Amino acid sequence: MTDRPTDLPPDTPPPHNDLILAVARDRDRVAFGALFGHFAPRLKAYLMRLGADSATAEELVQEVMVMVWRRAETFDPGQANASTWIYTIARNKRIDSLRRQRRPEIDPDDPALVPDEPVAADRTVELAQQGARLRAALAQLPPEQADLLRLAYFEDLPHSAIAAKRNLPLGTVKSRLRLAMDRLRRLLKDDAL
Amino acid sequence: MMPPCHHPDEGLLLDYASGHLAEPIALIVATHLALCPRCRSQVATFEALGGALLEEAPPEPVSADCLKSLFARLDDPRCGAAETPSDNGADDARSATITVPAGFAAAVGGADTDTIMVPQPLRSYLEAPLARLDWHSVYPGIDEVRLDAGGQGPFTTRLLRLRGGTKTPRHSHRGTEMTLVLNGAYLDELGRFARGDFVGYDGTVDHRPHAESGGDCLCLTVTDAPLRLTGRIGRLLDPFIHF
Ligand SMILES: [Zn+2]
Repeated sequence: MTDRPTDLPPDTPPPHNDLILAVARDRDRVAFGALFGHFAPRLKAYLMRLGADSATAEELVQEVMVMVWRRAETFDPGQANASTWIYTIARNKRIDSLRRQRRPEIDPDDPALVPDEPVAADRTVELAQQGARLRAALAQLPPEQADLLRLAYFEDLPHSAIAAKRNLPLGTVKSRLRLAMDRLRRLLKDDAL
Repeated sequence: MMPPCHHPDEGLLLDYASGHLAEPIALIVATHLALCPRCRSQVATFEALGGALLEEAPPEPVSADCLKSLFARLDDPRCGAAETPSDNGADDARSATITVPAGFAAAVGGADTDTIMVPQPLRSYLEAPLARLDWHSVYPGIDEVRLDAGGQGPFTTRLLRLRGGTKTPRHSHRGTEMTLVLNGAYLDELGRFARGDFVGYDGTVDHRPHAESGGDCLCLTVTDAPLRLTGRIGRLLDPFIHF
């Protein structure tokens, strides 16, 4: 079980969803090893960009992957694709371990939660393809908008502090972010037609 | 229930999804998310963007024994296959209790018979059911409870309870204040705010919130500096009132 060759049509869903489901179903260590092979170096890069040194980043990568192993049963490909799911685990692990803060999150089963509009269609296929679409859409953004989005995720700063650091007025940062997100949403929607 | 009309701006939702908010602000944003399907869906898009950026990050090679020691950890009974997500404690949202503990939907204020559903994650930051929290009067008709939402930083997190019809003293903000309405409604120079509504005030807003008559108005607020009373009487009271 390895990555599919890149010459497959871009709409082919990545196999990572299936790998997580195999871990959930069978405690499949080959599948888990393949997930590690793909995600560990990317998680390490993410954590180092956010200020962890190499050893700390590897320790956190292990903790993230332990979570992936333990929580594979809770992975729902109708809610998020594999990279989104693993991204949220890594984000929370970083807040927990490096910032020593709790991560306040909603409880989807909370009776006080105002529920979503019911979704008619199964979103699994759409979400599996969403990653490739988002990356293609990112590549089409004007560079100053794409850079800003990358900074927002890969610098340990809220967007207002990024504005100060780049000597940009906060209003400029906010409007660039809004333009970038409007474009991404539009590109996602056009693609889905 | 009507969906909220007032939302955090896109930048705050992005900072929440990318994990860059201080805990008190993350708490007020996440509690809004529980009441707002629209912002939840925006955050889901931002998280998907995080996943896409993770995919395109130039990979950083991991050391050769990293996977081996990871497999050794999986064999450790403390994190083995037998463990269910509910063993992960409070950090696993899906494992949280499904039923609201009795009393958490308690009425606040003696006369108010409404029951208030406190959504997660705020509920897990309360030490007791609403009515039994340690309420302090800060001004006629206004009570507050301070919450511990992470000790770091300049933030003060509190629940404010305004009796129906209460007019608060006119004030502006030295820093920023974020408010989320949990029950009732109030009006001020910016509009009307009811359950689920989120509003941010900065130093440019000079306002006099006024709770609608009827039930208590309950709000979660996060401030990063004391308020400044600006009315004539307020200025005299300022040294004594510490909102
Ligand atoms: Zn909202």
